[in-house]
Amino acid sequence: MTAALETNGLGKRYGRRWALQDCNLSIPEGRVVGLVGPNGAGKTTLLHLAVGMLAPTVGTISVLGNRPADGPAQLARVGFVAQETPVYPRLTVAQHLRMAGWLNPNWDAELAESRIGRLDLDPGQRAGSLSGGQRAQLVLTLAIAKRPELLILDEPVASLDPLARREFLQDLMEVVAVQGVSVVLSSHLVSDLERVCDFLVVLTASHVQLAGEASDLLASHHHLSGPRLVGTLPSGIEVIEQTHTDKQSVLLVRSEGSLPFLDPMWSVKPVTMDDLVLAYMRQARGVELPARSPLEVLR
Amino acid sequence: MIEFQLDSGSGVATYLQLVQQVHQALQLGLLEPGDQLPTAQQVVAKLAINPNTVLKAYRDLEREGLVRARPGLGTFVVASLPRTDPAAQSRFLASMTSWLHKARAAGLGPDDIEAIYRTAFRNCFAEGVA
Repeated sequence: MTAALETNGLGKRYGRRWALQDCNLSIPEGRVVGLVGPNGAGKTTLLHLAVGMLAPTVGTISVLGNRPADGPAQLARVGFVAQETPVYPRLTVAQHLRMAGWLNPNWDAELAESRIGRLDLDPGQRAGSLSGGQRAQLVLTLAIAKRPELLILDEPVASLDPLARREFLQDLMEVVAVQGVSVVLSSHLVSDLERVCDFLVVLTASHVQLAGEASDLLASHHHLSGPRLVGTLPSGIEVIEQTHTDKQSVLLVRSEGSLPFLDPMWSVKPVTMDDLVLAYMRQARGVELPARSPLEVLR
Repeated sequence: MIEFQLDSGSGVATYLQLVQQVHQALQLGLLEPGDQLPTAQQVVAKLAINPNTVLKAYRDLEREGLVRARPGLGTFVVASLPRTDPAAQSRFLASMTSWLHKARAAGLGPDDIEAIYRTAFRNCFAEGVA
């Protein structure tokens, strides 16, 4: 099976600054991928590399088995919604659909029109006067109705209110259910991703810190709390994050397979996606920041 | 037809919440053989969750022999879950209560007892966790 997205040693440099480095990912088709990280971590750079708006400085990237944007056929297979959900403000909703019909070989006019109707968008309204939520829905409609195999969405819900956000995600998941499209979705709202994503990529300081099937990642990480840790934990347990007081230790650990037997004094709790993302982001900050220049720290 | 709800603060995996809700509906008689479960499309359109999560829950239920997917038609309940035997329930309640009294008499507090219970529970059910 071809991967939806595969990168090998991928890196992108702007001048002297690396926006993305040593990126090795292999994401199977049919997943909804959550790409998480702080602002400036390299999320948008990675997505722009995937749609071919940027070329790699080093390494390779392939999307659905091909080079990004390698000709009209490849362009038709990937739908992309940029962060600002750009529209042509003076064109109406209907004109957007007509233009998209001319530009996209697999355009599904029926799907587009039925979505616009269901979303209660007025076809005669100019796109410039739509609300943020309506605009996001219009742009998603354009991306979906071109019938892509992979949808790439850069912070699609960041500017939406909670209700519009939920409706957008409901809609997106319905599309995944019906069309079986793969999705890569960047966001820093982990609570949204937790619901919709089955594959997680944590990107911090231009490096991939964690990547894998969400269910595997959640099952292999645990919260431990107990008496102040002296000595070492059983082998097979990797400590991702730890805090200690004189009496107590609180750890977030990774353990492939089931957790080895621990003293009953230790309490073991499952982690949430939020815990996981934050722990890896903090871990990266602890390791990465001292080595970086002051300018980069400011970002 | 039943409708699923999600408790996002519960810490229970989403697919497991769906499985548990079907179990519950079966035990309460809300679902009976022949009844249809909502389609993945219906579930995700309401809950905004990943369709694979729904399919995973339905696969688990199918493996348990409780439901069957009929291609093109949907997923249907094919078995009912027996209600838990009330006699067994009261027997285990009695033995648990006497155990609790003994633990208390030995000087254990509520938190100690809960920690022991949790550990034992986890050890007992650990094998089922993916």
